[in-house]
Order: sequence, then structure tokens, then C-alpha cells
Amino acid sequence: MSTNTQSAPAPKVRARGERSPLASLGLHLTLLVATLTAVFPPLWLVITSFKPKTDAFDTSVVKNFTFGNYSHVLGDTQFLAWLGNSLVVVGITTVIGVFISATTGYAVSRFRFPGLRPLMWLLLITQMFPVAVLIVPLYNLLASLGMLNQPVGLVITYLTVAVPFCAWMMKGYFDGIPAEIDEAGRVDGLTPFGTFWRLIMPLAKPGLAVTAFYTFITGWGEVAYASAFMTGEENLTLAGGLQTFVNQYTADWGSLTAAAVLIAAPAAVVFGLVQRHLVSGLTAGATKS
Amino acid sequence: MAVETSQSVAKAAGANSARGRGRRTENTPRSTGPGRLRRALSTHWYAWSMVAPVVAVIGVIIGYPLARGFYLSLTDANEANVERTIGVNHIPATYEFVGLDNYKAVLTDNVFWDRLGWTLVWTVSCVALSFTLGLVLANMLNRKLKGRTFYRMALILPWAVPAFVSVFTWRLLFNERSGLFNQLLAGGGIDAISWLNDPTWAKVSVIAVNVWLGVPFMLVAMLGGLQSIPAELYEAAEMDGATAWQRFRHITLPGLRPVSGTVILLSSIWTFNMFPVIFLLTRGGPGDATEILVTYAYKLSFVVSPRDFAGSAAWGVLILALLSLFAVAYRRALRKQGDMW
Repeated sequence: MSTNTQSAPAPKVRARGERSPLASLGLHLTLLVATLTAVFPPLWLVITSFKPKTDAFDTSVVKNFTFGNYSHVLGDTQFLAWLGNSLVVVGITTVIGVFISATTGYAVSRFRFPGLRPLMWLLLITQMFPVAVLIVPLYNLLASLGMLNQPVGLVITYLTVAVPFCAWMMKGYFDGIPAEIDEAGRVDGLTPFGTFWRLIMPLAKPGLAVTAFYTFITGWGEVAYASAFMTGEENLTLAGGLQTFVNQYTADWGSLTAAAVLIAAPAAVVFGLVQRHLVSGLTAGATKS
Repeated sequence: MAVETSQSVAKAAGANSARGRGRRTENTPRSTGPGRLRRALSTHWYAWSMVAPVVAVIGVIIGYPLARGFYLSLTDANEANVERTIGVNHIPATYEFVGLDNYKAVLTDNVFWDRLGWTLVWTVSCVALSFTLGLVLANMLNRKLKGRTFYRMALILPWAVPAFVSVFTWRLLFNERSGLFNQLLAGGGIDAISWLNDPTWAKVSVIAVNVWLGVPFMLVAMLGGLQSIPAELYEAAEMDGATAWQRFRHITLPGLRPVSGTVILLSSIWTFNMFPVIFLLTRGGPGDATEILVTYAYKLSFVVSPRDFAGSAAWGVLILALLSLFAVAYRRALRKQGDMW
């Protein structure tokens, strides 16, 4: 860590915020080390995915470059089926989740109604629900409804994971939109729903994007429910499928790394697009009053 | 859903309009009899219908399983005696109500206290390390600096990769026989470390991976917080001859308090419940060394045989009780910041 070394021996006067060369060096070195730590594992994943299966643990960077792992994963495994399952589950979850967390967030931001306080508590407590409490009863419930191995079971489950948090985020966004806009809409004869749908929703687009992304990532990366509720190779989602490559008995690191790159790349791209709005959204629901 | 009295509604509305964000300011006059419900319904029906889907989903998917999980924790249900269907035969449930026996068993058993101790070590060390690293890096990135955008993008990369993908990558690096880390150590003439198979190293490894996953969130949140501190404060402090450390101690830290309070609480809850890192990295092993409460409860109902549903449910209820303490703390923190709901 570097500090402004104002007491450097040379009595040169520095402007505010200017650093000595040594401090600059320290700053950049620290940041470079941190960057390397952050980037290295994903980078190594990508590198490994281009090595032949037998070289998965080779330390050299490029010896025998190959697309073999990718063609194996795409052609000979159930990867595309898992991708399809994940896309269906996560897509439906995202659409429904964004819509209902937006309406809820709007209601708790704008209206004071009986039940508001218990609802806020409910949303807060649900956010901290551990998987372990619900998973068995939920498993039994889904089993009795015949929804095990069905995407719809996972969709409903993921909604309960993502929506409470998203509703908080949306509340934060709606709180930032002046209530005068609603009033103007009402004066012009719009219903409360009309105001919400035609005036406020368009203004909250960045918030909606973040909510959509958060819901997407929740479903895309969820492991516990997906492992418990989906069985049979063709019913797995990506998180479950990836585990089949490397378990107690087999270790196909080549396929694993290629599949992992295929899963991570789209998520990382979308992440890059929305990251600017991400944290303001994440903390808005919690820090704004 | 509980219905509040019109009095407290009026209070809420009043408090709300005082903050200038009120929508509904006319107070329903106090009345008795059947007219009151109808009036409340006609005033609030749109608010209620907007939150209805969420309440319904949460009620069905959390309310029912929660009640049932609580009931299961009072029985001796396991894989062998629950209702099940084998082929065309339907076997009814034969488990029995046993009262608080499961809780007695769990709380008098060292396993629970061991797991609780490790879970607390895990949560505190993960949150403390990632918060400190995030704070330091954010302070560095908040200066005028060449390549700031590059550093920022690179440092938040771990956040962009789905957690389970990252965890598998780390398993590749930690591999005992031929993983990169051990090969590098061998290159330096150091004996291989069994990262995931030695109880102590396994604990270090899972914490390291979780910190790696958690720093980006902290970093970005802290950056946001730093940017909201007015620059004039620093200028004034510098005029008065405050050193860099004094400025950090007396301007930066207090200025970050609202953001840091929130992220520390959030990430404590997330870490406490962090299932994928431990489940996928070590499966809780070696032995039970890295098993936190959540993964252990999962193990009881889905990994061991026969599956112990009642025991798992009892663990779950105890975990929930611990987490409600978090909830109360969080609520307090929110109230301090003046959120009035």
C-alpha cells in the first residue's frame, strides 16, 4: 500500500494528489499482483480447455493447441441438453421474476398499505433463508405434485430465491424516481397500474436490467436445488451437468474446462455490460431510506 | 397477511409524507363493522394486488415447506419410513411424532457445536479478509491512476464467472498429484501440499477461494461509497495538515459507514449460507473438516444413507434461529439510517 510521501528528502513541492515515483511504483505493483490473482484462475481455465485431455495438468501454456475438448463437449455429451434446460429454467425465472419484483418494489416504494411492514419483514427474512431448511420439505412437495425433474419446479424455487432481493433493489430504484411523476400521471387520468406501467417502468430500465441480471445469475449458478431436484443425465442443468465430468470416479478435466468456458463466457459478457449499474442496485435497496 | 389498524396506517402515511414521498395522504376515518374491511379493500386493492404474486409464491414455496420442515423436525422421519411409491405400490408414512427429541440429540452432540464453531470461523474470516482487501484495493483505485479502468475490470472478473465454474477451476489448481500449485512448489523444491485432503489446508483453501470470490463485490461497493464522500472534506483536512492516515481514519472510514455496514451484513449472511463453495470444492471433507452448518444439513438429507429427514430439518430450524439474529441486527442497522417501514 502506498501513501503520499510528503516528507521525502527532496524539498520539491508536490501538487495535491501527486505521488512520488516510488509510491506510484508501489501502487501499480500491488494492483498488478491483485489483478494477476483475480484473473489467473479464469485464464488458466481457458488455457486448459485448449489442451488435449491428457495434458490437462501440463504446466506449459500452449504445447498442443486443440479444439478437441470443445467438439467433444458439444458433440458427444449432453451439454446442449443441459444448456437448453438451464436456458428454459433461467429464462422463465428471469421474465417472471423481474415482473413481480418490479410490481412489488413499486408497491412498497409508493403505497402505504396495511401489511406493508410484515411484507418487508417477509422479504428480508426470505433473503437469508438457508437452502437446508427448505430443501427436504420442498423436495417432498415437488415430488407429491409430480414436479421433480420438471423445469417448472426449479423455476418456482428460484423465484423465491431471487425475488425478495430483487424487490428490495427495485424499491431502491423506485425511491429514486420523484413521486411528482406519478402525481402528474394520476392528474392526467392514468390508473395506478397505468402510471406504473407507462411512466415509471420506462424510467426504471437500468434497475430492471440489473434485476434481470441478478435473477439470471442466481439461476445460472445455483447448485443445491438443481442437484437435488433434477436427476437423469438429460434433465440436469449446467451446474449439475458439470459435476458429472469430475466426480469421485471420473475426472475428465478437458471436457470440464471446455464446458466451463462455454458456460462462463456469455455470463461474463453480460456482466461486463451491466456492471456499472450493478452495485448501486445491489446496495440501493439496502442503504437508501 | 396481517392487517394493521387504520391508526398505524395513518401514522405510517404521516411519517411518509413528512419525508415528502407520500402517495396516499388521505386517512381512512376510523370506523367499525363490515364497512371497514370494504373501505380498506377499496383504498388498498391496487397495492395489495401488486404484491399478491410475491406473497403467493413465498407463501406456497416457503411457508408450506417451512411449516412442514418444522413438523418433520419433531418426528423421526427418515428415508425408510416416509410416504413413498415403489413401482405401483404406495407405502404410507410410518414415522412418528417424537417431540423435541431431535433437538435434544442435536444440541447434546458435539457435531453440532463443532460445525457451529467452524461456521463462525469461516464466516468471520471470509468477511473480514474480503472486506479488508476490498477496502484497500478500492482506496487504491480511487486515486488518479493510469490504467484505472483496466485494473477495475480485471479485479471484478471473479464476480462475472458463475461461482460453480470458478470452484471447479480452483479444484483443478489445487489438485494434489498434478495441480498447478503443487507443480510450482515442486519446481521450488517444496513438498506437495494436499490442499483439499488435509483438514487444516482444506480449511485454508476453502476460505481462500471464498475470499477470492467475495472481494469484487466488496471492491465495487467500497468504490461506490468512496465516490460519495465529498472531496472538499479531504481538501479541508489537508489544509489543516492532516496526514494521509489521519484523513483515512477520520474521513474515509466514517464516510463509508453506511455502505460498509450494509455489505458486511449482507456478506455475513451470504457466507454463512454459502453452499456451493464448500459442497463443490471439498464436499465438506476431509471427514467433516470443512462442513459448515448448511452443507451438513444437506448431507443429512441427501448424502448419507439412510437419509435422515428429521435430523436435517432440526438442523435447518436451528440454522434459521441463528439467522433470525442476523435479521434483527440488520433491521436495527436499517432503522439507524432512518428507513421507516
